[in-house]
Amino acid sequence: MANDARGPGARDARGLGAAGARGRPAAARGLLERLAAGEVLVGDGAIGSLLIDEGLSPGECPEAWNLTRPDLLETIAASYRDAGADFIATNTFGGSPLKLAAYGLEGKTEEINRRAVELARRGAGGRALVVASCGPSGRILEPYGDTDPGEVLESFARQMRVLAGAGVDAVCIETMTDLGEAVLAVRAAKSAAPSLPVMATMTFDRTSRGFFTIMGNTIAASAAALADAGADVVGSNCGNGIENMIDIAREMRAASRLRILIQSNAGLPEIRGDRAVYPETPSFMAEKARELLAIGVSIVGGCCGTTPEHIAALRAVVDRSAARN
Amino acid sequence: MDILNDIAARLEAGEDEEVGALTEKALAEKLPPKEILDRGLIAGMNAVGEKFRAHEIFLPDVLMAAKAMYAGLDRLKPHLEREGVPSAGKVVLGTVQGDLHDIGKNLVAIMLRGAGYEVIDLGHDVPPARFIQAAKDTGAKVIGMSTLLTTTMPVMRKVVEMLRAEGLAGDVRTIIGGAPVSADYAREIGADAYSYDGAHAVERVKSLMAEV
Repeated sequence: MANDARGPGARDARGLGAAGARGRPAAARGLLERLAAGEVLVGDGAIGSLLIDEGLSPGECPEAWNLTRPDLLETIAASYRDAGADFIATNTFGGSPLKLAAYGLEGKTEEINRRAVELARRGAGGRALVVASCGPSGRILEPYGDTDPGEVLESFARQMRVLAGAGVDAVCIETMTDLGEAVLAVRAAKSAAPSLPVMATMTFDRTSRGFFTIMGNTIAASAAALADAGADVVGSNCGNGIENMIDIAREMRAASRLRILIQSNAGLPEIRGDRAVYPETPSFMAEKARELLAIGVSIVGGCCGTTPEHIAALRAVVDRSAARN
Repeated sequence: MDILNDIAARLEAGEDEEVGALTEKALAEKLPPKEILDRGLIAGMNAVGEKFRAHEIFLPDVLMAAKAMYAGLDRLKPHLEREGVPSAGKVVLGTVQGDLHDIGKNLVAIMLRGAGYEVIDLGHDVPPARFIQAAKDTGAKVIGMSTLLTTTMPVMRKVVEMLRAEGLAGDVRTIIGGAPVSADYAREIGADAYSYDGAHAVERVKSLMAEV
């Protein structure tokens, strides 16, 4: 575990990549450095829906496949790299020990998270950054739920220590609907690795009274609290299609001075037979992503139902936009 | 203020200790338990349900209100039973196998209990056979199934098929809910009803109970 300082993911104290990065491949420069230079980045797409296509059964832990189907995870990572993603997410969305406990796998927290970073790093092949994915604990916090916030903080911290130790380039806390829990995750990341860039994105629903998470958090309140907790990038992911994301991004742009990350799902799944089909095509998402760029979103990627084809389409839009500017 | 209105208002505000204490006070004042339930607890939960549906309040408020409702219901229950106030009916409820998301199902359980139903909550990750067995064991007339994940939806179809195979279809009705399912999907798999939220689930369960 202590050998990460020599690993390919080693980063200097500010997470900005090694000094004198000129001439090195783009992936060798840090995420924040590239954003600060005005670059718009492309994230990757879904992992979970691809695992389901490969036979992940209901009730099976997706993160366990890091141990049982490592080749598949590496192949998925490589397919997003080839599609032009600037960073590859690790298969650790449900990799916090509290969440793994739902499958009786909390004892494998270290192994599952460490392996995920290795597989994403190999798939990235030096051409993309590796970003650690971190999703909700699956618990409801006190006082309205039954879980002690301190327990949730420690759960995230344990996962973050492994991910940071394995040499990820950044963390992406995502699909959060309880701002209190999202703040705990950001704090856990910052305490485990103070120099590691942290992105934090929430999932909002459109209501007759505006956008809210299911816990009632607004976009403005989320952006402010996540920034206070130390997030370097804020945004939204999952949700209900990219058209909603345009309105969410606009509101978040007005509420925050931080860089914004938007990773939309490919719309709400429609059921055909017993299969879930996501309605938004790569070209539709790419067309709408132009509006996200116009609003000033700094990172665009995909969530549930997006594929390497979606990411390739987003890559083309971002490249065309960069060429014009 | 009328003590029952007070119970409803405190319940809406999520004040569990106050609701418990006021319920005891109402009982001590010899108010009929059924009236405390209907005009106090159920009235409060209905108001909560309406505000939740209108996005005026959110999940944390509902969960706090539910805690308050249970505080009152726990004190009321022995009195309702002693007076022979019949339960509105029994409902077996669970989130289908493979699905650990059970917030939606918990909301439905809260609203059903608030409406006077006896809920047999099987929790999450419930395999098809357990739904059937629980209905047989308890004599419940309705099975409610929830899912948030598209991958677990086929389990709902399985329960409907198993009920048919055991000759229980008709005697035991099925209702489904959850983000990815719809009235169309309910029809497609042969479920008897679909509901889109907790309050709607109560309405649909009421009409299912009337049918059996």
